[in-house]
Amino acid sequence: MTDVKIAARDVQVYYGDNHAIRDVSVDIKDKTVTAFIGPSGCGKSTFLRCLNRMNDTIDICRVEGDIAIDGEDIYDKRVDPVQLRAKVGMVFQKPNPFPKSIYDNVAYGPKIHGLARNKAELDEIVERALRRGAIWDEVKDRLTEPGTGLSGGQQQRLCIARAVATEPEVLLMDEPCSALDPIATAQIEELIDELKQNYSVVIVTHSMQQAARVSQKTAFFHLGYLVEYGETGHIFTNPEDPRTESYITGRIG
Amino acid sequence: MPLLWLVLTVLVLAAAGFAMGRGRAMASAGGDARRMHSLPVYYGTNVALFVITPALGLLLLWLLVQPAWIENRVSSDIPESAIGESSTLGLVMSDVRRIADGLDRAVAEGVIGEDEAREMRTEFTNVRDRLGEVGVALGSNVEAPILFAAQQYRQMSATGNLWMTVAVLAVAMVGFAGALVLTNKDYRARNVVERGVLVILIAAASIAILTTLGIVLSMLFETRNFFSQYPWTSFFFGFEWAPDFRGNSSLSIIPLLWGTLYISFIALLVAVPIGLFAAIYMSEYAGPKMRSVAKPLIEILAGIPTIVYGLFALITVGPLLRDYFAMPMGLGESASSVATAGVVMGVMLIPFVSSLSDDIINAVPQAMRDGSFAIGATHSETIRQVVIPAALPGIVGAILLAASRAIGETMIVVLGAGAAAAQFNRGLGELVNPFEAMTTVTVKIVSQLTGDTDFAAPETLVAFALGLTLFVITLGLNVLALWIVRRYREQYE
Amino acid sequence: MTDVIADGAPAGRHKGSLLAQDTRTKKRNAAEARFKIYGLFAICLGLLALVWLVTSIISNGAGAFQQTFVTLDVTLAEERLDKNGNRDPDDLRKVSTFGYAPLIAEAMEAKMTETGIAVEGLSAKDAAALVSKESPAQLRNFVLANPDQIGETVTFEFLAGGRIDGYLKGRVSMESAVRDSNVSPEQLMLTDAFVEAGVVEKRFNWLFLTAPDASGQRPEAAGLGVAIIGSFYMMLVVLVLALPIGVAASIYLEEFAPKNRVTDIIEVNISNLAAVPSIVFGILGLAIFINFAGLPQSAPIVGGLVLTLMTLPTIIIATRASLKSVPPSIREAALGVGASKMQTVFHHVLPLAAPGILTGTIIGLAQALGETAPLLLIGMVAFVREFPDGPPEGLFDPASALPVQVFNWTQRSDPAFVERASGAIIVLLIFLLIMNAVAIMLRRRFERRW
Repeated sequence: MTDVKIAARDVQVYYGDNHAIRDVSVDIKDKTVTAFIGPSGCGKSTFLRCLNRMNDTIDICRVEGDIAIDGEDIYDKRVDPVQLRAKVGMVFQKPNPFPKSIYDNVAYGPKIHGLARNKAELDEIVERALRRGAIWDEVKDRLTEPGTGLSGGQQQRLCIARAVATEPEVLLMDEPCSALDPIATAQIEELIDELKQNYSVVIVTHSMQQAARVSQKTAFFHLGYLVEYGETGHIFTNPEDPRTESYITGRIG
Repeated sequence: MPLLWLVLTVLVLAAAGFAMGRGRAMASAGGDARRMHSLPVYYGTNVALFVITPALGLLLLWLLVQPAWIENRVSSDIPESAIGESSTLGLVMSDVRRIADGLDRAVAEGVIGEDEAREMRTEFTNVRDRLGEVGVALGSNVEAPILFAAQQYRQMSATGNLWMTVAVLAVAMVGFAGALVLTNKDYRARNVVERGVLVILIAAASIAILTTLGIVLSMLFETRNFFSQYPWTSFFFGFEWAPDFRGNSSLSIIPLLWGTLYISFIALLVAVPIGLFAAIYMSEYAGPKMRSVAKPLIEILAGIPTIVYGLFALITVGPLLRDYFAMPMGLGESASSVATAGVVMGVMLIPFVSSLSDDIINAVPQAMRDGSFAIGATHSETIRQVVIPAALPGIVGAILLAASRAIGETMIVVLGAGAAAAQFNRGLGELVNPFEAMTTVTVKIVSQLTGDTDFAAPETLVAFALGLTLFVITLGLNVLALWIVRRYREQYE
Repeated sequence: MTDVIADGAPAGRHKGSLLAQDTRTKKRNAAEARFKIYGLFAICLGLLALVWLVTSIISNGAGAFQQTFVTLDVTLAEERLDKNGNRDPDDLRKVSTFGYAPLIAEAMEAKMTETGIAVEGLSAKDAAALVSKESPAQLRNFVLANPDQIGETVTFEFLAGGRIDGYLKGRVSMESAVRDSNVSPEQLMLTDAFVEAGVVEKRFNWLFLTAPDASGQRPEAAGLGVAIIGSFYMMLVVLVLALPIGVAASIYLEEFAPKNRVTDIIEVNISNLAAVPSIVFGILGLAIFINFAGLPQSAPIVGGLVLTLMTLPTIIIATRASLKSVPPSIREAALGVGASKMQTVFHHVLPLAAPGILTGTIIGLAQALGETAPLLLIGMVAFVREFPDGPPEGLFDPASALPVQVFNWTQRSDPAFVERASGAIIVLLIFLLIMNAVAIMLRRRFERRW
């Protein structure tokens, strides 16, 4: 089951006058971890944020080209970004739990999308999400405590649990481990590996080792261009483009 | 105006000191400024400072102490018998002062001579009539001991002023000479001058403290006088406000506090929703263009003096509420009412709530909003369930600050709320009727302290107790609000 | 059970097309639109309140700048004004204003004959009541100043009485005149006829800005002269005291103060002083400046002192902000060439911060100009007709102040004073507008981004 989940064609992104993404075309497969790598400012995060239209919240940002999920253009006028984002969840660089209890953090999405008919169902959804986020055992006894009181790694897993609670099909992760220590990073990476059974995961990362560890497909961005896209093993051992090679060998970055 | 001349003399002396100090330093360096420790201007300034600072400091101190000292001396000489049954020493002393002032004015206008003023006796002259000629109205005929005290008062003031002039000039001269003697090319004039300037800066900074002290002490002192004449339990726990200058007043703060809090409550009822929603729209939805127009326009409301709001309440809002709401509903016939003052005050408070909330909402990290958007929340869901709860402490702080404003506001309630205190014996209906006229703590402070006031009567002194209570309440609210807001800011820094 | 949940496939909740909104999303979007409208509505309410306030004041007060004048030719009869015929000023002064009233009545009668206007049932005395009660005094002052004009016929423009003025401004009507003891319908008919004949007309009223206050029966003569001067004196005191003290205090706190408890206390103190209700400053002024220090009541110096204390926190906060915005590199550069700390501050930091300080000071002054409550307590509500002397003695003379004059007029029963009070507010608002415009201009002109 490796059909195409997201298909992007000739995507251009402008920030005011700045042309941030140029001619990016890429097919992202379902139930796969896809890594976006590249030096800072190469546009990988920007492109990621196009996939659930988070760029809509930035006034000066303009997106051109086609991005389709399951064959439906997400920039179509009829598409409501709210519905889209329920389908395409996102986890951010810095853990950003809401200033609410752990339970409410996870229950927030299901509540606004009306996924639960009653309290018992909601409890069930929250528990399932926390289990998927691999944090259930650590927090099950203190669900009413504020989410901001957890450690950094726990907060990030809570945010992942929060994202999966709305039953998305795609999970976007924007450098999810960059603010975490190595142990927490290892836990998150393990979690990502499990998540790919159910979701199409797209992860932006600074660390090539991380990309190599968790992803099956890798896309290399440079100066707004998608330079190379292919099987992770292939990219890291046998890059075709000289720029990819320079980056992987540490000559640019 | 001899005081002005005295100050001018000191200033002239200082100017002379500046020139001579500078000259002397230059001379000691043989006219070569490079051989001096400091720039020439510092030597001059040094001398000038030594002339001005001690002299004017002494002058200020003297002016503060002399009246109290003379008062003390004169009042101790007034015989017990001169103080009538219904009178007090304070009242007699104010008569003494008024007669002394009257004599001064009579002499100045040439109605009587200096000798006559000093020698005047009640047996031979009708003092009341003579002073009446120069426009000093006295309530009753002047008794001998009081006239004598007044003459003594004048005498001592004159002597005091003479000594003051002598002392101030002497200090100025000593400073002049001393500083000049010290001046030579190796004298560290700059360091001394800078230390002097620093002292002046510190003095300026402590004026803020002095103001607070002045506020607290002046009110504490008079409040103590009040409580020595009126039981504090009745003040704090009574339920009636009925001042009567013939005595037997009921002076309880509760009816006034009720009016104050009720009006403030209505004001917040108007200001908080409007201000909060305006802030939300401004910070979350409005484009930069709309923001740049609407925000300053709303903030104009904060720059309008409260007397303008007061007049607005009196001539526009009051009659409108009466004709279209109170009368048809049969709730009252008064244009000044709790609702009038409350609504207008609410309008005044809109910018307070909105600007502070705007700042606070903007301080909520964008990551928080992103997290909510990424789950698929709409903008309003994000605001209601994430932004507002996150900003809540700050918003509470803003509302408390607005409440403190409302409680201390004077002109709007003076013109819009009426002068009748809430009456607790008429039942709950009238107490909570928003179209009933009701008075507040601030209104009563104004009415008890304006017009003819007798600073010995509890009816006047009660204003200080009211003021102190008001000060404590608003100060408490402010401290609490600032503390909450600061803690909130730290949370996101 | 839990295992099944953990490993189960994602629930197919969102399998529907993205291109069609489900009902729940539609509902949520409607809620979104409603919420946005609430916000917009709130802003509109705020702006509406502003517009309502301003139009209410302007529509009520604009009339104060127009006043009705009656033009009469008065014969300054010698036998009435100077029986001895020697023009001795002391003798002239003995004729009181009552002695001048008949002259106006005669002039009015003459005017009626001249224009051929007569109203049935209106005596000459009642007709003379068209002009203000202030007019005999105006006439007397003229004669005392120009004794050589006695015996001549001089053309005067008298203020019309408050009711007549109100009639031309629509405040008084024939119906209300029937019930009014101060004016009769006949007088209004005469007024109508005079307006047509050009004897009575409305014109711009400079007197409103220059004349002193007048008593409760003469709203037409009441002006803002004393109040404007009083306010000006107070602003002078505030500027002279608050600016140097405020700047000195800020320099100490920002540049020299060690970080310790005392400094902390001063800082907390200043931020709290800024929020103390203004009426409390009035109590302070009454207790300290008047009762303790013995300064005179109603004097601009006392008002100025009280307002200074009130304005200080504003100025200190603004000054500290603009001192803080001067980058440390400037200080380091000056210290680096061997300037002392004091020289650094006074030669480099202070000049760079000056525009910000000035802006803050103007805004503080504007606040002080509109402040009313504390002035009530220090006796500024007194009825003052005499112009104070020039400074510095004038600072100790009784005076009024613009906002207090407004309050004063609202307390009078004649409805004509509502117009006066609103007019005074327009004057006050114009001053505030100018001050704020200057502050904004300064900020625009000198604003520097480091």
